[in-house]
Amino acid sequence: MLRKIVVTVFIIVCFVFQCSVFDSLALGGIIPNLMIILTSSFGFMRGEQEGLLIGFFCGLLNDIFFGGFLGFYALLLMYIGYLNGKFSRIFYPEDIKLPLALIIVSDMSYGIICYILTFMLRSRFDFPYYFLRIILPEALYTIVVTLFLYPVILKANEKLEGHERKRAQKFV
Amino acid sequence: MSPVVKRKGERFTLPSKYLLFLLTVLCTALMLVTFGTDVFNRPLNVVVGYVIVPFQQGIEKVGGWLSNRSEELVQIRTLLDENARLKAQVAALVEENTLLQQDKYELNKLRELFELDGQYAEYNKVGARIIGRDSGNWYSSFLIDKGEEDGLTVDMNVIAEGGLVGRITSVGPNWARVTSIISDNVHVSAMTLSTEDNMTVTGDLRLMAGGCITFSQLVDGQNMVREGDKVVTSNISDKYLPNILIGYISTINKDANNLTKSGEIIPAVDFEHLGEVLIITDMKQSTVE
Repeated sequence: MLRKIVVTVFIIVCFVFQCSVFDSLALGGIIPNLMIILTSSFGFMRGEQEGLLIGFFCGLLNDIFFGGFLGFYALLLMYIGYLNGKFSRIFYPEDIKLPLALIIVSDMSYGIICYILTFMLRSRFDFPYYFLRIILPEALYTIVVTLFLYPVILKANEKLEGHERKRAQKFV
Repeated sequence: MSPVVKRKGERFTLPSKYLLFLLTVLCTALMLVTFGTDVFNRPLNVVVGYVIVPFQQGIEKVGGWLSNRSEELVQIRTLLDENARLKAQVAALVEENTLLQQDKYELNKLRELFELDGQYAEYNKVGARIIGRDSGNWYSSFLIDKGEEDGLTVDMNVIAEGGLVGRITSVGPNWARVTSIISDNVHVSAMTLSTEDNMTVTGDLRLMAGGCITFSQLVDGQNMVREGDKVVTSNISDKYLPNILIGYISTINKDANNLTKSGEIIPAVDFEHLGEVLIITDMKQSTVE
């Protein structure tokens, strides 16, 4: 229960920050993607199920506020969370390289899929421009933000896991 | 044993493969249903309106306060210089003002003769504050702090600084989403003010950073349209009210078909630094009927 509350708070805070605070911190008009950071870190920390659920709700929030129709970002982020969950078997909290690599790959594939489905299909074919101007800067900015946000998520998750272990022991 | 079967004394858990499949089906169904209709938008918009929007309003207030303070600090030094310069300017302006006052009387008299109204005075307007921007980098839309409870509905036109900003595309009880005309997927039917030639104004992500939008399909048989001409919303648009200023033509190119022209427009509104907007509560559909 505590985990659900904490994760909900994380999602709301990240979403609100992304569309208000980071708008003033935009570099060259590019804002980082906190939803990707949240989805993939919970994915590789906690496994497929939690990754896909968190991705689904992050995406749904995005759909309601900014999507033309519901379900597109929810579906996309859900699969990103699920695929990141596949890496939970080789994840160690001490190792920062795997999270960084996973988040950068997730964000780039998110950008490329967004481009293909919502831009290329409207005959905007200048892929190199969109890649260099939108997708790559967003991924780099996201990585910079990850360096600050990821330790917070990791710490919160460790606290939650400690709490859950204690409760489980009480029942034995 | 099947992984979905519930054993006694064990909490029911669904393997993530099945959950993924179920949610995929759900998302696909949602997409198909909401592509044409907006049955689910209402309840969801109400829920997020009470869960998320209060946070956004709070953050926006704090953020606005902070950015004002930081701007103040930066500006103090320039303000001192400016103050001295402005004092000199005030003296000159007072003199000019008296001359203009005289002109104004004359203008008012002439206006009465022509029965000219203020530019958009005939429309009813509501002011609103921007509380959030698009969370992605692909499109340009923003959230405002007024919604259904303030009488807003989808398709109302939004203006600021005397120019067209966009139109409302989604409303909740206390928030609304405005899709701006510089967004890549938005088309506006427009015309030049001087010659009333119709054209289509389209947002373009590649020009968004430079603050430009494109126009196309301009039929200008007499070659009368010039750079710098005013572009306003056209009479034939079914979403936008007529004669709202969009911007000024900056470049004109002849298309390969030699019939139509296209080019770029500099919008009248500075989309980078929008804080408050005005929503016109009159609708095109209702004013026509």
